Amino acid sequence: MGYLKGFTISGKQFFQKTVTTQYPEVKRPKSERFHGRHVLNRYEDGMEKCIGCELCAGVCPARCIYVRGADNPPEQPVSPGERYGFVYEINFLRCIHCDLCVEACPTEAITESKLFEFSFTNRNDAIYTKAELVVDDDGNPKHLPWEDWHEGDDANTSGWVRATAPNGVAAAEGRPLWSGELGYGVRPAQKGQSDPSAADIPADWDISLREVEASEVRGAGVSTRVPQAPATPEGNNDDSPGAGH
Amino acid sequence: MGDPLLNGGLTLAVALIVIIKAIIVFAVVLVSVLAMVVFERKVIGHMQNRIGPNRAGPYGLLQSLADGTKLFFKEALLPDKADRRVYRLAPFLAVVPAFLVFSIVPIGGSITIAHHTTELQLADPPWGILFMLMLSSIAVYGVMLAGWSSGSKYPLLGAVRASAQMISYEAAMGLSIAAVVLLSGSLHTSAIVAHQYGTLHFRNHDAYLPAWNLFRAWVVPFIIFMLAITAEMHRPPFDLVEAEEELAGGFNTEYSSLSFALFYLAEFMNVVTMSGIAVTLFLGGPIGPRILGHSVGPFWFLVKVVVFLFIYVWLRATLPRFRYDQLMDLGWKRLIPAALGMLLFVAAVRSGNRTWVIGVLIGIVLAAGLLVRALSMGERTNEIESATAGKGV
Repeated sequence: MGYLKGFTISGKQFFQKTVTTQYPEVKRPKSERFHGRHVLNRYEDGMEKCIGCELCAGVCPARCIYVRGADNPPEQPVSPGERYGFVYEINFLRCIHCDLCVEACPTEAITESKLFEFSFTNRNDAIYTKAELVVDDDGNPKHLPWEDWHEGDDANTSGWVRATAPNGVAAAEGRPLWSGELGYGVRPAQKGQSDPSAADIPADWDISLREVEASEVRGAGVSTRVPQAPATPEGNNDDSPGAGH
Repeated sequence: MGDPLLNGGLTLAVALIVIIKAIIVFAVVLVSVLAMVVFERKVIGHMQNRIGPNRAGPYGLLQSLADGTKLFFKEALLPDKADRRVYRLAPFLAVVPAFLVFSIVPIGGSITIAHHTTELQLADPPWGILFMLMLSSIAVYGVMLAGWSSGSKYPLLGAVRASAQMISYEAAMGLSIAAVVLLSGSLHTSAIVAHQYGTLHFRNHDAYLPAWNLFRAWVVPFIIFMLAITAEMHRPPFDLVEAEEELAGGFNTEYSSLSFALFYLAEFMNVVTMSGIAVTLFLGGPIGPRILGHSVGPFWFLVKVVVFLFIYVWLRATLPRFRYDQLMDLGWKRLIPAALGMLLFVAAVRSGNRTWVIGVLIGIVLAAGLLVRALSMGERTNEIESATAGKGV
């Protein structure tokens, strides 16, 4: 009667909850490290982080980045170093949002926001230049007319996202290894790096992923035990064990 | 037998009533197809934890209407190598039989319009159920000619598959219908239904089962009929005819616009009408308990048909497609012998002669043994041949 077993499975599914999200009306929460439209970051003093090294262009598998570096004008430097990104263009008709450029960047200049709902009526609009990519004077990404920005799309669009990996080495927890940025300064480390259960609130669709993550994966820097604060005589216990600044 | 409407000869009023009935049946079948498409997509969606169409109209109920409108406005393509006339004719050969089959399905009860009493059934010809067999044979032409006239290889392959499949399963279907006809003693669909009233008696004891042909024919012909019509309609798991993954769509690949819509229509209409036929033949058609003292034949008919439709969708959601040799194996080596054996058995039981029953049973057992032996021999030969192929043994 093995033939009928399949029918019980599809029959049971009929009464289970559907998992469809009604997309344009309802939007799934985006993950912390969602790969969206790029931004070019600036330091706290307003200097651009890009040094025009072209590593991003070199690593790009879709070959959608075009960079040309130039020497900083001595009297009005654009970036703190010797060189700066004179031309910086990304063709979003080719970009596959793999984030390799972000990983290649030595100065955390290029990162990705969480915006993905943008479309063009003109091919030229798809080529973003420095005018569109560089963050504004408050350190936030520029909003273009054809982009559909939503709450949280521009949150943490900086080197912070790259540097605070959830599986980061627990010993390095709380020590910022990333530079400050315009409008926000040096961002604090993400909470609960060594305690996956205290990590950012899991959306219901990636609970299983979290469960895998929270299981025994020793050696990869993840401990399933909640780290206890050291019993210091002062009793200076932080309320969240993973948080440190 | 026959419709009481026509007993008094053909007058203008009678002709009008017949025409109105034809139009109503046409509309009902058409609407039922629209409903079936949405029903299938919704049910299969939920079986896959999806929602299914929900944009066009409330709960997506108008989805098939939107699809139809879209197809209507598409360009009607004509391939260069197509045989023009046949290419244009084929969709109609597919859709017209699908429409006509429903005309012999009794929906139950009768209705009186302007002193003329008429059955809720468009036509009750003396050749009844043969009409349905005839139309399903014509539908083969629609599919075959569509594939052949497209002047393209994938449609041709689909058409070859289709004609072989439909012809093979028609034999099993005919034999299982023959068992029903044998029990009812009539080809009239209305007579077949009338014969299924009441409850079954087994050796003068009430068996507490409705006297449906499903039970009177010992269930097996019903299962064979179900499998055969599923193959006839090329529904999954027998949808090799339009296997998207293998044939880029099958016999209707080169069709677009309205002619494609006609094929689509014919396919879903066949599902509805064949469910109606199956209900009529095996499940007592409109027979069911009275509700509040009223005879509600059409209601029970609808309930039974919807159950069938659900089963088809369930089959589609569950089973993977058959391989071609498996399809032919099932048809020729299993269904046809089984249908033949059941036909003999039903005939013997109907004869009421114990000697006959025992004789037929012994014959069936012997034939089944021989068949199993022959099949295993054939498989062994195949294995030896494939093992020694190309080795010069």
